[in-house]
Amino acid sequence: MATPRVSAVEHEANLSDPLSGRAPLLLGDRSLHGITKAVCRPVECVPSRAWTLFFVVSVAMMGLYVLTTAYLFYEGIGIWGVNNPVNWGWAISNFVFWVGISHAGTLISAVLYLFRQKWRTSINRFAEAMTIFAVVCALSYPTIHVGRVWLLHWVFPIPNQMGTWPNFRSPLLWDVFAVTIYGLVSFIFWYLGMIPDLATLRDRAKTRARKITYGIFALGWRGSTRHWKHYERAYLLLAALATPLVLSVHSIVSFDFAISQLPGWHTTIFPPYFVAGAVFSGFAMVLTLMVIARWAFKFEHIVTIRHLENMAKVILLTGMIIAYAYGMELFIAWYGQNPYESFSCANRAFGPYAWAYWIMIVCNVIAPQIFWFKRARQNVVVLFVVSILINIGMWFERFVITVTSLHRDFLPSSWGDYSPTFFDVAALVGSFGLFFTLFALFIRYLPMVAMSEVKAGLPEAKPHHGAEGGSREASATGEGA
Amino acid sequence: MAVIFPPWTNRVPPLLALFSLGAVVSGVALVWYYFSPQYTDVGFEPTQPMPFSHKAHAGELGMDCRFCHNTVEQGAHAAIPSTETCMTCHASLSLPQSVPLAAVRMSWEMDKPITWVRVHQLPDYVFFDHRVHFAAGVGCVSCHGRVDEMAVVSQAEPLSMAWCLACHRDATPNLRPFSKITDLTYDPQNAGYDPNQDPKRKRKVEPPLHCSGCHR
Repeated sequence: MATPRVSAVEHEANLSDPLSGRAPLLLGDRSLHGITKAVCRPVECVPSRAWTLFFVVSVAMMGLYVLTTAYLFYEGIGIWGVNNPVNWGWAISNFVFWVGISHAGTLISAVLYLFRQKWRTSINRFAEAMTIFAVVCALSYPTIHVGRVWLLHWVFPIPNQMGTWPNFRSPLLWDVFAVTIYGLVSFIFWYLGMIPDLATLRDRAKTRARKITYGIFALGWRGSTRHWKHYERAYLLLAALATPLVLSVHSIVSFDFAISQLPGWHTTIFPPYFVAGAVFSGFAMVLTLMVIARWAFKFEHIVTIRHLENMAKVILLTGMIIAYAYGMELFIAWYGQNPYESFSCANRAFGPYAWAYWIMIVCNVIAPQIFWFKRARQNVVVLFVVSILINIGMWFERFVITVTSLHRDFLPSSWGDYSPTFFDVAALVGSFGLFFTLFALFIRYLPMVAMSEVKAGLPEAKPHHGAEGGSREASATGEGA
Repeated sequence: MAVIFPPWTNRVPPLLALFSLGAVVSGVALVWYYFSPQYTDVGFEPTQPMPFSHKAHAGELGMDCRFCHNTVEQGAHAAIPSTETCMTCHASLSLPQSVPLAAVRMSWEMDKPITWVRVHQLPDYVFFDHRVHFAAGVGCVSCHGRVDEMAVVSQAEPLSMAWCLACHRDATPNLRPFSKITDLTYDPQNAGYDPNQDPKRKRKVEPPLHCSGCHR
């Protein structure tokens, strides 16, 4: 909840209906220096014992990933539970899970930017970092899943002595392009947005090593008007470039399934359903991490309950979209009268993996319904618990889609079962280690909140500052962020 | 604001960009040239256990390839001749003191085959079949070069997959009359040969382009 520095009146005003006048996004100490101090503190102080513990545990988990991958390269993918007919198991579930997680960052930073949703400024840096680290985790799975990792360059269309190209009709190749481009654009966007803040860190640096390190990455930023003009234009262009990617990446990931003819995969609803699911899971992950971070690093006045509530609303919306998609799958299975399709749906709900299906339904459809209630949206504990449930549910969604369709094919003679091995589990746990290690380094060495953008969202930054309720006029005249 | 970097550092980013560009371009060029089978494999000329000259046998004496490599019409593999094949002629030809022939005589007397070193080596996952190429009317020279001019045999073509596919995509320039398959001097282009007009050809040559054509 809000820090003691925030008065109850101010806190209440912050949560009031935005149509009756927009309250400032931040609470408490809203001075420019106060914001800088609050955001830079985790980077500039001696790491706390909690951070060190978190980092050590994360690195240990990442070590597990390294070891299990090394053994995988030595022995082959036979160490996993995959075999005919379930040739895609946890690794692909994990891939889709992590790609989905990554969607929130670009949605928050690009789409909400274009829609001038200024509340995004408190969480966009954090969400973008999460995006990049999730893409790293996601890309690691197809990489190790190819088996002969030394031939990985075959996935790229490089002229070669074999005189062949990759199969351009395969959605797996589209995936390579979609996810790689998404990762690159997200990274550039993240880095570009960070340049003014890196310059702030450089200017605040006490030691020479820090000055030089942050100085190199700040690219000589001095905050002149010309710098800002170029920066804002580049940011806008990148936002426009990244926006279609939000939709395209998970659409293409869904093609991995939808282009095939397998019942349960071969449906046109997959692209929008996957995109909604991705935003759903991504926001849940941002919420999980943000609830911890704002408490641990004491910037509840920058990431306020209002921010968390907005995220809960997005989760509710996208949760309803995927609930609709789940329902529509069942409806079409009945309405379409295709025996294979209806068997596939019945098998999901009542077959050997029914437990996974019902975990998915409970976590993704039922749990977010609590967000219809304002008190639930404003309760940090409820937000945290539900976001964890959604993370679990969305992982199970990918597991259900991947495994249940594969294990019951058209021909009963080619039916089989799937169960993960120790190495499957190690790869999933290890990827969380990779993710958290990168995250720990991020919160230790980079500004977690976009200071410059948050400052630009303050009432003082508006040309009509001072006029009560003037913010409505300001936004009506289309003044930029 | 304190100055952290001296003025010369302003030149670093453009230089770095230029250097990176140069590194990428030269890296691509080096790999393109030095990693290609055209560079690594063409001209491979291993030392053989004895100085057998194709130039003397196939060139000057005009022997047909099939006299020694006798399975080429019927089998996947074009046989390396046994010592007995050599001795068909060399047992009766009066060259008993010839030094180069010592290894053949030794092999003959000790009943041990000569350990020839293979020149044209395809990977194990390629199922190359001499018979189908022979039946399609592809000349020996298309893949093996002018063996009749080589004192010691060396690899003439890259034998890379791209090289195989170039012919599989358009085989016509490499097709010739069935009577000229082992004729290393015959050039179908100079002779104006058109496989579509050849009455001896019963069907069109359609080389496989799918993966399992060669990788089974």
